[in-house]
Amino acid sequence: MSELRDLYQDVILEHSKAPRNYREMPTANHKAEGFNPLCGDRFTVYIAMDGDSIRDISFQGSGCAISKASASMMTQVVKGKSAAEAAKLFKTFHNLVTGHADSNGSSDLGKLAVFSGVSGYPARVKCATLAWHTLQAALEGKQETTTE
Amino acid sequence: MSVAAKGVSGAGFDVERVRADFPILRQKVHGKPLVYLDNAATSQKPRVVIDAINRYYEGANSNVHRGVHYLSELATAEYESVRETARRFVNAADHKEIVFVRGTTEAINLVAQSYGRANVGAGDEILITEMEHHSNIVPWQILCRERGATLRVAPINDAGELDLDAFSKLLGPKTKLVSVTHVSNALGTVNPIRRIVDMAHSAGAPVLVDGAQAVPHMKADVHALDCDFYAFSGHKVYGPTGIGILYGKTALLEKMPPYQGGGDMIMSVTFEKTVYNRLPYKFEAGTPDIAGVIGLGAALNYVTRLGIEHIGAHENEVVRYATGKVSAIPGVRVIGTAKEKAGVLSFTLGDVHPHDIGTILDREGVAIRTGHHCSQPVMQHFGIEATARASFALYNTKEEADALVRAIEKVREVFA
Repeated sequence: MSELRDLYQDVILEHSKAPRNYREMPTANHKAEGFNPLCGDRFTVYIAMDGDSIRDISFQGSGCAISKASASMMTQVVKGKSAAEAAKLFKTFHNLVTGHADSNGSSDLGKLAVFSGVSGYPARVKCATLAWHTLQAALEGKQETTTE
Repeated sequence: MSVAAKGVSGAGFDVERVRADFPILRQKVHGKPLVYLDNAATSQKPRVVIDAINRYYEGANSNVHRGVHYLSELATAEYESVRETARRFVNAADHKEIVFVRGTTEAINLVAQSYGRANVGAGDEILITEMEHHSNIVPWQILCRERGATLRVAPINDAGELDLDAFSKLLGPKTKLVSVTHVSNALGTVNPIRRIVDMAHSAGAPVLVDGAQAVPHMKADVHALDCDFYAFSGHKVYGPTGIGILYGKTALLEKMPPYQGGGDMIMSVTFEKTVYNRLPYKFEAGTPDIAGVIGLGAALNYVTRLGIEHIGAHENEVVRYATGKVSAIPGVRVIGTAKEKAGVLSFTLGDVHPHDIGTILDREGVAIRTGHHCSQPVMQHFGIEATARASFALYNTKEEADALVRAIEKVREVFA
């Protein structure tokens, strides 16, 4: 059971059951849809940029506990950050969930560190990164992205 | 039911003995005994199949239909003997009605591209059902788009059974082909193929049957079904991947143009004119998967020796037992409750995403499939994104069904 708990940490389960910033944002000036063809996970990420700053961010969609919790916590963490800071955070997060984390970068992740257990489940990396890929697509002005 | 010895169900079927035939089943996964319940994706291989492939490569490897030397004749004889094995297996009238293909998908594409292109034109219709696998949807979409034809879809009811009234109303003079699955991969529904064939024939339409999920569980008798084409994959019936069978009635196959051009499918070639080979070689361009064919032959012989009726009876008992236990778990919704089912137990568990179910089950050693099972329209019918699917084979036991139930309880603990 301990191993499973590495993946399904309480924080993750809690976010998956009650995701934060889970709403449509009619005033968004950036928006993208992310799709994982393997499992059918699908999220829309809405962003309201103020200059270079992510003033507000929200998401909607359906997916597994890992993908939903990751989306929820991502929206909390990147709010108020610049596009470049968000992109850098994604890189660090990606290294964490694929087991390539270095000790320096991981400390920047704060509470996102709970996703470190994903690295023991390679099939679930796409779940953890779907929302981040979608965020990136939205910031780059693309309408759609997939994890393929 | 009387008390039977442990592991023995039905006359002449000893599941512990057949389990010993499958080397892979002995291993542990994450420290737990492997409980393999992903048989609708692919089945495991008995020792006789693995040995047959080894024996071919070690003692008979050579190209078929070409050489005059000893090994080539040996390989050709073995290869062609499997065609006869397959003919007997599906009860076809003639071995030339058996075409070796890569699998069910290629078989359906062959019919779509060869029969379809020659017989389907603008305004014509192809009729399928709502429960088809993507491989029995997309080839027809491609054909219809190319020919200006229309794809019609017969609906299913909420038990996952084909609505035969609606199906019959969709049949008409424009219907050029009906393509329907024998057993649904996502739901386990067994379709009444003979009735479907009779209805289609009354409307003048030939019928292709996707037998991928049926052949491992029940007798596929093309004579009794009177279907025009029957397709199945070797790897779902204990044979290797990359090999399968297309059965077609001689009268139809004769009139069909080749699917692919190349070596072995010709009688003579000049730059002006090529004469195609006779059946079934007209449809077998290029060097085939000879080892795969020989492995498939060993698999079909293995199934025949155990007796498909015994296999089906054993599996039905285990699936019924598993369905009873799993559906009693709070929050479980069984998807696919047809009266006639084979091999499959698809379900959802409250709000837990099937992908999370799959991961937790895997840590308990239980391998299942999660997702849309290449049947997105079926998922849409039931208003869900995905299911968890346990699918059973001849080597599965009630004890394994109990392990499945315990693993689902673990999921409930994690998501409590």
